[in-house]
Amino acid sequence: MSLNFNTPDFEVIREESRCIQCKVCVHQCANTVHSYDEEDNVVCADDTKCVNCHRCVTLCPTKALIIRRHPLEFRENSNWCGKAIKEIYKQSQTGGVLLSSMGNPEPFTIYWDRILLNASQVTNPSIDPLREPMETKVMIGRKPEKLEFDSDGKLLTKMPPNIELKIPVMFSAMSYGSISRNAHESLARAAEELGIFYNTGEGGLNREFYKYGKNTIVQVASGRFGVHKEYLNTGAAIEIKIGQGAKPGIGGHLPGKKVGEDVSATRMIPVGSDAISPAPHHDIYSIEDLRQLIFSLKEVTGYKKPVFVKIAAVHNSAAIASGIVRAGADAIVVDGFRGGTGAAPTRIRNNVGIPIELALAAIDQRLREEGIRNYCSLIVAGSIRNSSDVVKAIALGADAVYIGSAAVIALGCHMCHSCSTGKCNWGIATQYPELVKRLNPDVMYKRLVNLISAWNHEIQELLGGMGINAIESLRGNRLMLRGVDLNEKELEILGIKYAGE
Amino acid sequence: MLREGELRIPSGCAISGIIDKKGKKFNGKEIIKSIALMHDRSNGLGGGFAAYGIYPNYKDFYALHIFYENLSIKAQTEDYIKKHFDIEKAESIPTRYTPNIINVPLIWRYFVHPRINVCLSEENFMDESEFTSRCVIKINTDYKGAYVFSSGKNMGTFKGVGYPEDIGEFFMLDTYEAHMWTAHGRFPTNTPGWWGGAHPFTILNWSVVHNGEISSYDANRRFVEMYGYKCTLKTDTEVITYLFDMLVRKHNLPIEKAIRVVSAPFWDDIDREKSEEVRSELKSIRAVYASALVNGPFSIILGFEKGMIALNDRIKLRSLVAAEKNNRTYVASEESAIKIICDNPEKVWSPKSGEAVIVLMEGEQE
Ligand code: SF4
Ligand code: SF4
Repeated sequence: MSLNFNTPDFEVIREESRCIQCKVCVHQCANTVHSYDEEDNVVCADDTKCVNCHRCVTLCPTKALIIRRHPLEFRENSNWCGKAIKEIYKQSQTGGVLLSSMGNPEPFTIYWDRILLNASQVTNPSIDPLREPMETKVMIGRKPEKLEFDSDGKLLTKMPPNIELKIPVMFSAMSYGSISRNAHESLARAAEELGIFYNTGEGGLNREFYKYGKNTIVQVASGRFGVHKEYLNTGAAIEIKIGQGAKPGIGGHLPGKKVGEDVSATRMIPVGSDAISPAPHHDIYSIEDLRQLIFSLKEVTGYKKPVFVKIAAVHNSAAIASGIVRAGADAIVVDGFRGGTGAAPTRIRNNVGIPIELALAAIDQRLREEGIRNYCSLIVAGSIRNSSDVVKAIALGADAVYIGSAAVIALGCHMCHSCSTGKCNWGIATQYPELVKRLNPDVMYKRLVNLISAWNHEIQELLGGMGINAIESLRGNRLMLRGVDLNEKELEILGIKYAGE
Repeated sequence: MLREGELRIPSGCAISGIIDKKGKKFNGKEIIKSIALMHDRSNGLGGGFAAYGIYPNYKDFYALHIFYENLSIKAQTEDYIKKHFDIEKAESIPTRYTPNIINVPLIWRYFVHPRINVCLSEENFMDESEFTSRCVIKINTDYKGAYVFSSGKNMGTFKGVGYPEDIGEFFMLDTYEAHMWTAHGRFPTNTPGWWGGAHPFTILNWSVVHNGEISSYDANRRFVEMYGYKCTLKTDTEVITYLFDMLVRKHNLPIEKAIRVVSAPFWDDIDREKSEEVRSELKSIRAVYASALVNGPFSIILGFEKGMIALNDRIKLRSLVAAEKNNRTYVASEESAIKIICDNPEKVWSPKSGEAVIVLMEGEQE
C-alpha cells in the first residue's frame, strides 16, 4: 500500500484543565476519534477520523471540547485550493467515485437571500394574526378547470382527490434505510400532530407505521423497493420519484451495511445487499410511459389518492413540468440542487441541476402561459431553511414546500455531511441499534412539531404584514417580492422587480 | 414619470350606488349629490360614474366609449373598429365646459355590432360578447393613446381626472336617465393623472367601483391572465371586474357562488357548517378558485345588466352602508351620502364582512 497523503480536516481541542476523563466522548463517538489512555489517565483524539458532528462537544459535561477547522494550510493558490488537492489524494488512493452527503455546499447564489418581502403601510392595513383569523391551509391535488352548478345552485362537478395541509410544509422523502426507524417515527408522529404529511422515500413502509397512513405520502421510485398494493393504499397520496435535486440523473443508493433485518423486510431485499435504484424507471422512457404509470397507480388505488411526480430541477424543468401536468399528475414536486441526500456522487451533487428558486419561477410562469397552472399543485424542495423561504417560495408560485435537511436538523443533525458512512452519531442516518436508540422519538417528534408550529406563526405574521389573511392570496403574488443584488436576467426569470421599483 | 398602467398606484376612495329594482329611471343629479358629499374622500385625481339604461334607442348595440390622445391614433383605432364591427353611430360624447376639468382628451362613443363573419373567421368560433371583449382588450393593449373605457349594451361609463362632481357636470349627467347609477371618487397616492385610470372600470356590461387596495392583486391578476384577459391598467378594480366577468360569463357560475369565490368563507366557518353538502361545496370553491379570492381591504359595487351587488372584504376593513326605500336600494361608503338624497329610509344597515347586498332587477333570476 502506498503512503496515505490524507491530512485531517478538523482539529479536536481538549482543554486538559477541564477534562475529568469521564470518557463520555470515547463512548459517544462512532468514528472512534476519542480514546482513553489508562496508563497516563488522559483522553486522546485522532483528528483524522473527526467529521465535526458536535456529538462529543454537546455531550461533554465540562464543555472541554472544541472542534475547529484544521489549521494546516496548503500554499495559497486560488485554483488548486486545499479541497481540490485533497480530492485528488483520495481518488488516487481508492480509485473510486467521490461520495458526499447532504446538499450542494458550493457558494452558488442563494436567491432566497436576495429576495425581500413587502408589508402594508397606510394605504392598506396590515392584519394582526393574534386578533384576526389567518389561514395557512392548502389543498394539494388536481383541480377541475371550473365548477359547474345546476339550476338550483347544486354543485355538479366532482372534485378529484386532494389532500389537506394545515400548514404548507411537508417532510420530504427520506427512506427507511437511509434514516433510522426512530427518525422515521418522529417524522410520522409530528406529521400527524401537525396535520401535514411525511414521505416514506423509496424504501417502502414498515408495517408498524401503517397507522400513520393518513399522514403519509408513499413513494414509488425506480427500484420499486417495498412497493405493493397494500403499501400504495396505505398512504394518503403517492409520489413517483423520477429524480432528486442532490443527484439528478441517477437513482438512490443504499449501502448494504445499512440493510439489516428490518430494512430488508421493508424493502423486500436480502439482508446486507446494496439497494441500488436504476437511474431511470425501466418502464418510463418518455412522457407517455409516465402517464401509464400514473394511471396504473390510480387504478390500484381506485382513483382515491392524488399522484405526485417528483423531478430534480434541471435546465428544461419548465417544459418537463408542463408535460407532467398533461400526463395526468395531480402535483409536481421539484427538487432544487441544494436538496439533501444520504449519499450522492460528489461531482453530481456539486455540478448538476439548477437552483430551486429559478426553476420554480420558470415552471409557474410556463404553466400559466399554457393556462394549466390551476390544474395541478406545485410543491418545491431543495433547501428551504426557514419560514421566510417558505413565504418567498409561495409568492413565487408554489402551493407548498417539502423540507428534508431542516427536519433532520431539528432532530439533531449537525450537518457533518457523513450520512453515507452509516455512523451518524445523532441516530438519524444510521441503522446501528446503539446509535439509533440515541434518538428518542417521544422527545424528538416534539421538536419537529415545535419547529413547524414556530414557522407557522412566522408565516402568519409575514402574511398579516402584507395585508393578506389566506395563504392562497400569496401564491404567485410576485408583486409582494423585490430583488436586491440581482441582474436583469435573474429578475426576469424570477418575474420580480428590483427593490425601489 | 410612468403613467398608470405602467405601474401600480394604491388609492383610497369613496363609492356610491343607487338602483331602482322596478326599472324606473331617474336623473344623474342624485348620484352626483351623493358622491359630492364625500368630497374629502377624493383628492381631485379621479372621478366617474356608470349608468345603466341610458341608451334605450341603441340597446342592442355595444356602446364603446373611447379616449383618444390624438387624431392619428383615433384614425388607426377607427380602422380597427370598422374591420371588426358595423358602426351604427359614431359621435363625440357631449360635454360642457367645466373650469376644474383640464387636459381633456378626445372622447368618442360608437354604437356597434360585431361583424359576425369576422367572429367566425378569427380563431374558430366565439360568441359576440367574447369577441367584443377580446377586441376591447386588443385596443387597450396594442393601440397606445386609445383607451376603451366602456363597452356594454344600454349602459355607459363617464369618468376622468377631477372631483367626481366636476366630472358629472362635465359629462352633463343631468341630461341622462338611468335605472341604476354607481359613482366613484378617487384618492390615489400618486398619479400622473390619466383619464383611463379613473373608475368605474368596465368590461362589457360589468362595471366596478371600488374602495380599497387589494393585497392579493398579483395572485388574482396572474390567475385571470391565464384565461385571456390582459390587465393593462394594473388597478385592483380592473382585476376584480375581470374576475367577475370570467366567473359569471365564462365559467357560468351563479352570481351567489361567484361572490363566495371572491369573498370566501373562512375554513373554520366551513368546518362548522352542518350540512355535508354545503361543506363540500364550499371546500371545492376554495380549492378550485383559490387564486380568485380577493384579499385585503375592499368595498365594491358591481353593476351588471341584471342588477347591482355591493360587497365587503372578509374582515370588513372598508366601510360600506346600505339603505332601502320604496323600490330603491342605496349603498355608499358613508351613511351621510345616502341620507342626503334619501329622507327617512325604511331600512339602513351595515352589511357584514363578506356578506353581499344583492339587488336584482325584478324578473331577473340569480
Ligand atoms: S466528554 Fe469531555 S470531560 Fe469527558 S472525557 Fe471527553 S473531553 Fe473529557
Ligand atoms: S444526519 Fe447524521 S451523519 Fe448525516 S449530516 Fe446529519 S449528523 Fe451527520
